[in-house]
Amino acid sequence: MTLDSDEHAGVVRPDPVTPSRRSRHRRVPVALLIPAGLGLAFLVLPLAGLLIRAPWTTLPQRLTEPGVLTALRLSLQTATLATLLCLALGVPLAWLLARVEFPGRRIVRALVTVPLVLPPVVGGIALLLVFGRRGILGGWLDQAFGITLPFTTTGVVIAEAFVAMPFLIIAVEGALRGADTRYEEAAATLGARRWTTFTHVTLPLVAPGIAAGAVLCWARALGEFGATITFAGNFPGRTQTMPLAVYLALETDLDAAIVLSLILLVVSVTILAALRDKWITSP
Amino acid sequence: MRIRNALVALTVSGLLVLTGCGDSSDGGATGTPAGGGPSGAVTVFAAASLTESFTTIGKDFETVNPGTKVTFNFAGSAALATQINQGAPADVFASASPTTMKTVTDAGNGTGTPATFVRNQLVIAVPKGNPKGVKALADLTSPGVKVALCAEQVPCGAAATKALAAAGVKLTPVTLEQDVKGALSKVKLGEVDAALVYRTDAKASAADVDGIEFPESAKAINDYPITVLKNAPNQAGAQAFVAYVQSEQGKAVLTAAGFQAP
Repeated sequence: MTLDSDEHAGVVRPDPVTPSRRSRHRRVPVALLIPAGLGLAFLVLPLAGLLIRAPWTTLPQRLTEPGVLTALRLSLQTATLATLLCLALGVPLAWLLARVEFPGRRIVRALVTVPLVLPPVVGGIALLLVFGRRGILGGWLDQAFGITLPFTTTGVVIAEAFVAMPFLIIAVEGALRGADTRYEEAAATLGARRWTTFTHVTLPLVAPGIAAGAVLCWARALGEFGATITFAGNFPGRTQTMPLAVYLALETDLDAAIVLSLILLVVSVTILAALRDKWITSP
Repeated sequence: MRIRNALVALTVSGLLVLTGCGDSSDGGATGTPAGGGPSGAVTVFAAASLTESFTTIGKDFETVNPGTKVTFNFAGSAALATQINQGAPADVFASASPTTMKTVTDAGNGTGTPATFVRNQLVIAVPKGNPKGVKALADLTSPGVKVALCAEQVPCGAAATKALAAAGVKLTPVTLEQDVKGALSKVKLGEVDAALVYRTDAKASAADVDGIEFPESAKAINDYPITVLKNAPNQAGAQAFVAYVQSEQGKAVLTAAGFQAP
């Protein structure tokens, strides 16, 4: 995986590395600076609200409560598994949408974004209607193999993957459409089959796009609430992820909810920052 | 050129500030009685289990008091209490548990002592026709029977824990739902075989579920307190609404929904 090859291929970078050296000499237009500042404040102030309101004195005891670590571990596991599932299914689908002309492609592209516009709770009910005990596929799975998905950890992964996959597909499709197809054509003229071209040329070419999509997908899966509680329910250690634990803590104890939210934020931001340095920016 | 850019930015941010300020002038409820009776908008925060009966009572109240408009916010009691304590502009709070009401009165947001206006108790909700033949709490522990309970943090979950302890029944539910409607919907969708919900919720969904009474539910009766809030924008309207809920007309609606008199 040579990530630096995209420099030559002209792939749109999600994170430009060194623009500051050039632009430092020019003045930043005020018309951009003011809305940018307002935008930043809008995104950061709620986080500051959490930090100010956090119960710092009781923080150590709250962190060591057994339920907290269980929910955190479950959240990280399910979000990672959901991302792997999205990569396995979403990258080929994105490739299909970007590289193959077929009738109804525009409709398929619109359908892929359905989970984005669907309220997650509705998504959870839709999943129940398909994979539930009385669902179209779920009923058959239950009778033929005795497999039930609702109220299981697998159910959590499915709910998260359903909601998060569009983020991956849109990012990867965008990278594929932005990538220079001449490399693939060159490979084809040299006799490479389409599968070989895909694995040896296309994938390395759009690797940064896939990484960015996977990060978005993972982050969305980690924060998933509505579809998870509707489809997988809420049971500590099995389906109770951090967002569900936060919501229930809110019922009785605002301070506990804030602590849980902060843990989720710190862990996810740390992981994302680490991955960003490793995958997305070049050394 | 630079001056023009700055002007555009100033205008844009100025507009943002102006529209932001515009919202705060929206008082809405005045509550000054024009002809002696209550008037204006009355905002009622009520427990999810009161959805059907309070909607009816609200309509009746508007008919009896022309010029009033009752708006409801139905949700889990605890979520409502948090919203009120964080300054939500509500006139009346009706909670499904005294504990939740206490978080509001302790924060100094209530007026006087909250009045208990109804009581509710649990039943076993099963899909229509009772396919698993559930008759008592003990049947819920048999293998192959999937049960949904409310999480212990919400009133219906606390009541379920109490009732199960009273019956000496230990069961492992497949899910602990965030509110009573969540537990009920899992029964309606056929994903679980039984759930412990309020009698009123089972009654409101009589088309899809059967409610099975069980004796231990008498050990876990929930009191519903109601109060006028201290920062109510419409004090007169709030008091009139609370009085109406406790009047004969209000009681009739609540009893028909399956609530018990306090």
